[in-house]
Formats: sequence, C-alpha cells, structure tokens
Amino acid sequence: MVPFPQSVRNVVPRDEDAAAVVPEAPPPGAIAVETIGMSKRFGTFAALDDVSMKIEAGGFHALLGENGAGKSTLVKCIMGFYAPSAGSVLVDGREVAITNPKGAQARGLGMVYQHFTLVPSLTGLENLVIARPRVPAVIDWRAERAALAAFMERMPFRLNLERPVAELAAGEKQKLEIIKQLFLKARFLILDEPTSVLTPAEAEEVLGLLRAMADRRELTVLMISHKFREVEAFARSVSVLRRGTLAGGGRVGELSRDDMAAMMMGARPVRAAPNRVGRPDPDRVVLRIADLRATDASGLRHLAVDALAVQAREIVGVAGVSGNGQKELADVLGGQIRAAAGRVEVGGEAYDGRRAQSRARRVRVIPEEPLRNACAPRMSVAENLAFRAFDRRAERGASEGGAVPGRPTVWLDTGAMRRRARDLIARFGVKTASAEAPIATLSGGNVQRAVLARELTDPVDLLVVANPCFGLDFTAVAEIRARILAARNAGAAVLLISEDLDEILELSDRIVVMSDGRIVHAVSRAEADARSIGRHMAGHH
Amino acid sequence: MSDLGLWNVLIAVIGGAIRVSTPFLFVSLGETITERSGRINLGLEGTLVFGAMSAYATAVLTGSAWAGVAVAGAAGGLFGLVHGWICRLPRVNDVALGIALMLFGSGLAFFFGKAFIQPSAPQLPAIPFGNWSDLPQIRAALQVNVLFLIGAVLSLVLWWGFRNTRTGLVVRIVGDSAEAARAMGYDVDRVRLLATGAGGVLAGIGGAYLSLYYPGSWNEGISSGQGLMAVALVVFARWNPLACFGAALLFGGAGALGPALQSVGVSQGYYLFYAAPYVLTLGVLIATSSPNHALAGAPGELGQAK
Repeated sequence: MVPFPQSVRNVVPRDEDAAAVVPEAPPPGAIAVETIGMSKRFGTFAALDDVSMKIEAGGFHALLGENGAGKSTLVKCIMGFYAPSAGSVLVDGREVAITNPKGAQARGLGMVYQHFTLVPSLTGLENLVIARPRVPAVIDWRAERAALAAFMERMPFRLNLERPVAELAAGEKQKLEIIKQLFLKARFLILDEPTSVLTPAEAEEVLGLLRAMADRRELTVLMISHKFREVEAFARSVSVLRRGTLAGGGRVGELSRDDMAAMMMGARPVRAAPNRVGRPDPDRVVLRIADLRATDASGLRHLAVDALAVQAREIVGVAGVSGNGQKELADVLGGQIRAAAGRVEVGGEAYDGRRAQSRARRVRVIPEEPLRNACAPRMSVAENLAFRAFDRRAERGASEGGAVPGRPTVWLDTGAMRRRARDLIARFGVKTASAEAPIATLSGGNVQRAVLARELTDPVDLLVVANPCFGLDFTAVAEIRARILAARNAGAAVLLISEDLDEILELSDRIVVMSDGRIVHAVSRAEADARSIGRHMAGHH
Repeated sequence: MSDLGLWNVLIAVIGGAIRVSTPFLFVSLGETITERSGRINLGLEGTLVFGAMSAYATAVLTGSAWAGVAVAGAAGGLFGLVHGWICRLPRVNDVALGIALMLFGSGLAFFFGKAFIQPSAPQLPAIPFGNWSDLPQIRAALQVNVLFLIGAVLSLVLWWGFRNTRTGLVVRIVGDSAEAARAMGYDVDRVRLLATGAGGVLAGIGGAYLSLYYPGSWNEGISSGQGLMAVALVVFARWNPLACFGAALLFGGAGALGPALQSVGVSQGYYLFYAAPYVLTLGVLIATSSPNHALAGAPGELGQAK
C-alpha cells in the first residue's frame, strides 16, 4: 500500500467547523479509486465476480457492458449501497470501509443515478441546501442564495435554481444532479448512463466540461455507458464487464470498437437487422393528426401538433429529448389523456383511443415502460397475454391464434387463454417459469416480448410504440426492432417514439423532431442527418 | 325582512366563522403536517372526539380549562403516534387504519365520557374585541377565543416553517419522495411517526375547543363529522397552512349560516342551511377534481397503496 495521504489530509479542508454556508472556495483535488477482488452474490447467482480495476486520480474512466453485466452492482458496492460478498475498495491507495452512501459522500465519492434523486416539489436551491450533510435548523435563504450564486459562478453550466425540480426538463435535472454532487464536494464522480436524457449537444457540453475538470485534476470520473461514440470521445480509459466478470479494458484509442464489442458480447453471433421490404404507400394514410392540442396530467407540458401523417408500410420516427411532448402524443393516441382540441383520424375516421375503436381500426399501442403501462404486474403472463381478447369468444373452429375477434362473452375461456398463452410464449421466445407466473417476475426484455406477442399477433393497421428498447440488452433490442420492422413490412403504419436517436435512424422511413410539444423538423430517411436532428432536438433551429 | 335582518345574518355568520372555524383549523393544520409527510390520518375525527371528552373530563376534575387542553393535546398525540407506529408495519394501509382509529377514538370517548355529560366544566377564556360597539350582535360576534388566535398564529408559523426550517424541508421531502429522503439518510418512518403525532396533538386541542368553548359541553354528537370535513379541507387548501386558515373560516361561516338564519326568524327549511358545510365539502371535492389534471401541490407519496 502506498503511504500517501497523510499530508494530503492536512491540505484538504475539513468542514468540521461548518458554520460557513458554502463549501470552501478552491475545489479539492481528484482522488483515485481502486477495487480489489470485488464480488457480490445474490443467493447462488454471482452478479459480480472478482472484479479488480483502478481508476487513477484525474482519470475519466468508462465502464462498458450489457444490461445485467454487473455495472450497476459494481458501482453500488463502491458507493456502499450493497455490502460486497468479497473484495475491498481503496481510496487514494488506502483501504476504506464504506457501509452506506453517506459514508461514501463523506469520503468524496458521489454518484449521479439514472433515476433522479431530486425531490420534485422542491426548488433546485432547496434541493441543494437540504442535501448538505449539515443543515442549520432555520435556513437563511438570502445567505444561501448568495453563497450558491458564488458557487455556481465556478460551475460549468448555468441553471435556474428557483424553479421546482418537477418543472425542469430531464436534461436540466441531470445537470442539477451533477451540480449537487459537485456542491457536496464529490472528488470522485460516478455517472450512470448520463446521456440517456440529454441531447447530443447537451451530452457534449456536460461530458466535455467534466472531462476538462478531470484534466485539471479537480475530479475523477467513472461513467457507465453503452455508447461507444461517447466512450471514445470523452473517456481516457475503459473497463468492460461481461456476466459479472472483467472481460477486458485498456486505454481509449488503443481499442477499436470491434474490440470493445467483442469484449462486451463475448463470442456470440450478432443478428443482422431485417431488410426493409416495399415502400410507404402514399395512397393509404393510416394516421392523420391535425391541430392537436393537449396538456398532460401535471398541467405543465403542452402538446401542439399541427400536422402529422403516417402512411401504410411506413415507420415515422419521433425524435426528441425526454419531456418534449412525445409521451403526451403517445398518451393521446393510447386514450390516456384527452385532446383539448384538434383531430386524430385513423383510416379516415375520428379516433380517440377507446377499446372498441382500437379493435375496429386495428390500432395497437405499446407504451414506454411496458410493465407499468401495458401490464397488470401481479397477474399471470397468460392473463396479460389475453388482455386484447379475453372478452371475446373465438368462433368455434376458428384458429386459436384468434385472428378474428369473435362475439362478446361474459364467461372467460381460461382453457383457450392458457393454450394461446403457451403458443405465444413459444413463438415469441418469452422466457418465463410458466404461463401462470406473475408477469412482474419476468426480466424487462421478456416483458417487452410478451407485450409485443399480445399486440402483434393479429393484423395491425397502426402501431404506436414508445421507447420499446429502453433498458434492454443487445439481443432483445435486435429482436424487438426486427419485429417492429416486420410489422411495417407487412403493411402497418408505425409511429415510433424514441429517445434513442440511433434507434430512430435505424428504423424510420421518415423522421420528425419534437421540441417543446411541437414538431419542429421533418426529414426523410435518405436526408436524415444526426447533427441537424440534434440541433432541432435542442430547440436551436 | 328588514335591512337590519340581513346585517344581522352577516354579522352572525362572521361571528360564527370565528367561533366554529377553530376545530376545523386545528384539525386541518394537524392533517396538513401529517399529509405533507406522506401519510393520511383519517382517524383525526376520532382524535377530535376523544380530545373533546378528555379535555372536558380533565377540566371538570381539576377545575382548569387549560389543563383540559393540555390533556387533550397529549391524548391526541398518543393517538397520532399509535397511527404512525402501526402504519410503519409492513402491509398496513394508512386509510383503512385511519378509519379503524376513528371508530376506536369515538367509541373510547363515549365509553369514558358517559359520566361527564351532566357536570359542567370551566370554559376557555375569550377576548372581547367588540367592546367598542354598542350593538350586542357585534359584541357577541367579536368574542374571540384565545385558541382561535393561537391557531391563526400557528398557521403562519407552519407556513413559514415548511419553507424556512430544516424540519419543514425534511417533512416535505419525506412526503414527496421517500426514496430521495432515504438516499439523504433520513429515517422516513420516524419522520412520519413524528408528523402523525404532531397532527394528533393539534386535532386533540381542536377537540378541547369543542367541549370547552363552543358548543361548550360534552355530548356524543359533539363533532358531527368536523374531523372528516377538515381532512377534505386540507385538499381544498392544497396542503398550504395559510390556505387552511382561510378554508377553515369559510367552512366555519357555512356552519354558522343555519343558526344565524334561525336567529333572525327564518325558520323555513333552515335545516337545509345546517347542511351547508357538508354541501360545501362535496362541492369543493367536485370543483377541485378533474379527469385531465393531477392535483397540483399534492405530496407525491400520498395515498400510495401498499
């Protein structure tokens, strides 16, 4: 072990005498963090197995890996959320025992989570002040405001701290989370997929500024990511996890994308995307939206779509940063919020998302977070698979697939439901203990497979999908995108709402960009350009 | 009816608003604290009734109205703590438990209160703000009880405290995002236990006002659902202590409408006017609900079924 920090500790200001409202002026230096033989078992399952890696002070290290590879487990062990089954953490070369996130914070370790930890009803200012380890019993807001203004002067980005967090866009929340960690004097910052809610330009700004701080040795950064582009642009070194073990790593620039992909995936064939068959049919406009106005449940986000049309055999991708009206658009089409004005037509007739209409016009909606929004989590897989057809009795002799919905029925045909469920589970490769297991026990990818099985077996005229691959691993992503493309090839009109620009670019025949509830940009597949789309996403046009 | 009659009704309603609103005010302030921490305590109706009984009994036995208020507050706090303590057990639903405690509190009060229906207790003092006037109606209307003034100050203090004190911010955080609170190292269950306890203390004091000032006696029908209405009032007031004060005055005024009309000789259908607070409760709930909007200002953790 290195006999290092005795002197450093005297240099680093301690805030025992925390009468001062602000953290002391000069940011303390970056710290090095190392894990040795880190392992974490849940029962018999090894989520993390003997992972040793070193992130030097002032480094910008990327942690790559598929979903379930153990990235989150590793950083949660470092942050003291989990007690590791074996292994230890070294901070600046000294072994430390971190048993909870507070302890991590006290040692200068901070983490920005994928889900936000800010309190929605409090303002940015209140969130920052209350996050401090020591808060006075009565808060002098004038002094706090002044102190924070001085602190923000040194911060890489500007933010309005007077607004309640609930009113901030996702990107602003992300920035506030980072500011909060720096305000709490984090000298080692973990970012969990930080750019999933940022525009490309914002991502560049935020990561660029953090990289600059690392280069000045004010901060060490560990970034969890699955985007090669980001890793290559900002990280200095990289470690790759696969199934809980360290699959490799090295300096960025010495590793090619193929190297990193091979480490992430192991020896596994990557399925090619299916081909686009046929062209959009301009004579058959399936979905037509005109002058649509709506407001979400919080009353804060407004939707104003003047014109949008989707033709048969066409995928229209709706790009945009989270919280710019895409969710509201999907909710209107799914019947979850009512349009305040305007017209939605499917197949030439008015449409407001009622069950009878969606059945008659063959409209299918797959909302984001399907377990929450498209399933009854505690009901069985078989029951969830029957949601579209349970109240109809298939005509005698009709196929079990139930292509044609039969007469309404009061009594459920549980036998047919079970047979159909088994059939769909086999055809869509849903991995479940049994058809009777609660659907909440399935992994994210398998929930999405089950929902797709329910929505895509019958012929579909209009398919609305929101963030279908969010949080899924490579295999599931490829398969689900293939199914969406297959539905399009079969003649369906598809409205694909996604925050993943790569997904939009891969699947869409035409791309529109939403910003602030409006469609601000529309471009065909051939002319699509990620940079200009990114600019429109950010609201600069 | 003469001009004076209309004035009389108005003065009586204002006086009634001041007189009747105090229990509403205390219960709704207590419920605001509890709900801001993310929990609903429907049991405050029972706490109110038990507070009324225990205050009256103590005042009879000790001869001091203030001792009665103290005991009512302590008993209410105990009820709140029991609610908070049971709610932290796994798989306990706060709404169902609240209803159980409401019935329990009322039943317990009736059981112990039987002996105190007859004897009379010393009353809480009131300050005559109306002495400048010759009109007996105005003098009567401006007899303001000390508890009303305390409640008014308390709503200001709570409004200030939710913004400017660490305790206030912590309660709001716990009520809005338990996960965030836990990440900051706060003990969510403990904060809620204390918030429910504090809410119980205030509801108990509200009960003391009922039996020791207005109507000023102990009987089993003393509350007639005021504790429940106060919970609805918190929603109407958007969990804002200052708005609670205004809403309590409004409900109190509505409650005084029936007696006021009766006093000027309107006897036709005055029972309907007695129903004014209940109609107002219904109206408020309908007016503040909407299929299109979530309730603004509602603590995020409120009403999450477990």
